[in-house]
Amino acid sequence: MEMTGAEITIRCLHEEGVEYIFGYPGGAVLHIYDALFQQDKVKHILVRHEQAAVHAADGYARSSDKVGVALVTSGPGLTNAVTGIATAYLDSIPMVVISGQVPTFAIGEDAFQEVDAVGITRPCVKHNFLVKDVKDIAATIKKAFYLANSGRPGPVLVDIPKDISAQKTTFSYPATINIRSYQPPGRGDSQQIMQAVQLLLTAKRPMIYAGGGVVLSGASAQLTELVRLLGAPCTNTLMGLGGFPANDTKFVGMLGMHGTYEANMAMQHCDVLVAIGARFDDRVIGNVEHFAQVPRKIIHIDIDPSSIAKRVKVDVPIVGDLKLVLDELLSVLRAGTQKPDVAGLADWWRQIEEWRVTGGGLRYKNSSEIIKPQFVIETLHRLTGGDAFVTSDVGQHQMWAAQYYKFNHPRRWINSGGLGTMGFGLPAAMGVQLKHPGATVACVTGEGSIQMNIQELSTCKQYHLPIKVLSLNNGYLGMVRQWQEFFHGNRFSESYMDALPDFVKVAEAYGHVGIRIDNPADVEPAMKEAFARKNDLVFMDFRTDPTENVFPMVPGGKGLSEVVLSEDL
Amino acid sequence: MRHIISLLMENEAGALSRVAGLFSARGYNIESLTVAPTEDATLSRMTIVTSGSDAVIEQINKQLNKLIDVVSVMDLSEGEHIERELMLVKLRAEGDAREELKRLTDIFRGRILDVTDHTYTIELTGSRVKLDSFIDAIGRELILETVRTGASGIGRGNRILKL
Repeated sequence: MEMTGAEITIRCLHEEGVEYIFGYPGGAVLHIYDALFQQDKVKHILVRHEQAAVHAADGYARSSDKVGVALVTSGPGLTNAVTGIATAYLDSIPMVVISGQVPTFAIGEDAFQEVDAVGITRPCVKHNFLVKDVKDIAATIKKAFYLANSGRPGPVLVDIPKDISAQKTTFSYPATINIRSYQPPGRGDSQQIMQAVQLLLTAKRPMIYAGGGVVLSGASAQLTELVRLLGAPCTNTLMGLGGFPANDTKFVGMLGMHGTYEANMAMQHCDVLVAIGARFDDRVIGNVEHFAQVPRKIIHIDIDPSSIAKRVKVDVPIVGDLKLVLDELLSVLRAGTQKPDVAGLADWWRQIEEWRVTGGGLRYKNSSEIIKPQFVIETLHRLTGGDAFVTSDVGQHQMWAAQYYKFNHPRRWINSGGLGTMGFGLPAAMGVQLKHPGATVACVTGEGSIQMNIQELSTCKQYHLPIKVLSLNNGYLGMVRQWQEFFHGNRFSESYMDALPDFVKVAEAYGHVGIRIDNPADVEPAMKEAFARKNDLVFMDFRTDPTENVFPMVPGGKGLSEVVLSEDL
Repeated sequence: MRHIISLLMENEAGALSRVAGLFSARGYNIESLTVAPTEDATLSRMTIVTSGSDAVIEQINKQLNKLIDVVSVMDLSEGEHIERELMLVKLRAEGDAREELKRLTDIFRGRILDVTDHTYTIELTGSRVKLDSFIDAIGRELILETVRTGASGIGRGNRILKL
């Protein structure tokens, strides 16, 4: 039977088991929306802005192991989606974005709502396609899903011109796909793995540094077992939080610009470092030259060879799927008779404990007068038992959430780490809540970030998404203000937002519940009330201390041991 | 150091821009880039001449391999290889200089493709160094126009880049 390109597109989504597609209609995708209307297997979520469609698909993907799917129209639909696509690209999130394009005969004529979608997205997708023949739609979408979710995951764009979605052909979905130029790595090299084990067993000061790759590969259990067998300290990157349980005694906290003192010092002074699904980026190791000054052996396990030896020299590179590599590494460790250096480890842990004391741990001075943002996150952690899905926007609140919410499970911490996209939190929470209907989903945000996609409160109402929004409202673009205080002589250039809206009224206007909280004593009761409202979206507007800064802090361009601890504690 | 990187890629619209885009986005140098289909019409062969530290060259190779349209990559400079570039050069050729230019062309094993009362158009093939030497020998004041293809490279003997 012949089907239109639009019908084929939707059928492909059925074949891929897609539950939700996040999108916004427009001229170039009218045929696809018509095909969507005539089926009920794939549920469409109508957002209020295309950027939010992509972030919602992203949140859906991050909180599960499935591919997120978004649908946007040509021109501005696509350009609005670009920020979302780049966000997913920087954090390696599996995603398929389908965009409409002007009809093939109009391409290149500066037609209404025409942009070169493939050209604009090329630097921020894993791959993209312009479909020029209706017969190619099925195979292209098959390839798109395969590419998005294999190897190092990432977003894939499929651009479909309007005439192609109207033309007819017979439908057949390929059972398998082979792309001759693409062979995602599987197992690691056994010799390299043996060498890594040797290094680890002779280490006196081993350190395990695990990133978002552990979460993406589903290798948390393997990582946890490795840490247990080696008795070594483990740190997580911002993207890796939850990949190793935060309540484990071997966890030394997050590292990097706002990481714990002990994690950063251990990175700098270990003798054998294992990087697992992490990429030594500038927010993690700071100044590369400073990092390289201290001699240490580095084992780097990653699925993407280009992540290895990109910023730092590596002694034992292992390319492969983390889960498979760690499985093999663990079996070699278990089979051997040699055990880790117990005496060395004991000294190492003593040193780490000393750093814990020197650094003073994560701390802030609580107040009964003014709400401290860290206190809000601590309360959130306590009331949800560390079991909530927490999405965040970008800035100070993101760092406090990362520091003070202790994630014990992977895929619970949903944030834009690589691109640092303000406006990510609320739409991402929509995707998470749809994937996990009964779960507690908290969106930690600020008054700056939330306004970048606040229109999605309307989407939340339409689909009854009972997200709990915790806005740490300090009246400032807090992280910008913090840098201006530290590095720009307190000249707070454009980091104060005058004329903020009444967020309680905003929430109410969208049909939700809004609570304003001014006093520390009201933080817990307000949160309890919010969480008791199982079916409501509750917007909590916490008026927090505008002068609070995020500590510890490794200033940009400095080395990990040049950390600034809290000023007044 | 100068490297000649050879790659096979899918002969598809947009593949060239993926490679060119990668170099500009990541700030890598391109001295020259040539591309054309191979005997297998589904594949194009590209030769890129670039330069950078060992670490940069390693990244270039890895990043090229990561492009989905790229089928295989070989750094020709890592082994024995042959490099050739074609140049067409139009010279002002008048009076006594005509004989001298003809002689120089013969010495460099070039061919004169087109002759007018005032000009010679010469075809010359060779390594970059040879073409540069020819230009130096002629002297810039006589050159009206040059067109160079950029280097094409191939491995010697059993060094073969194939599917």
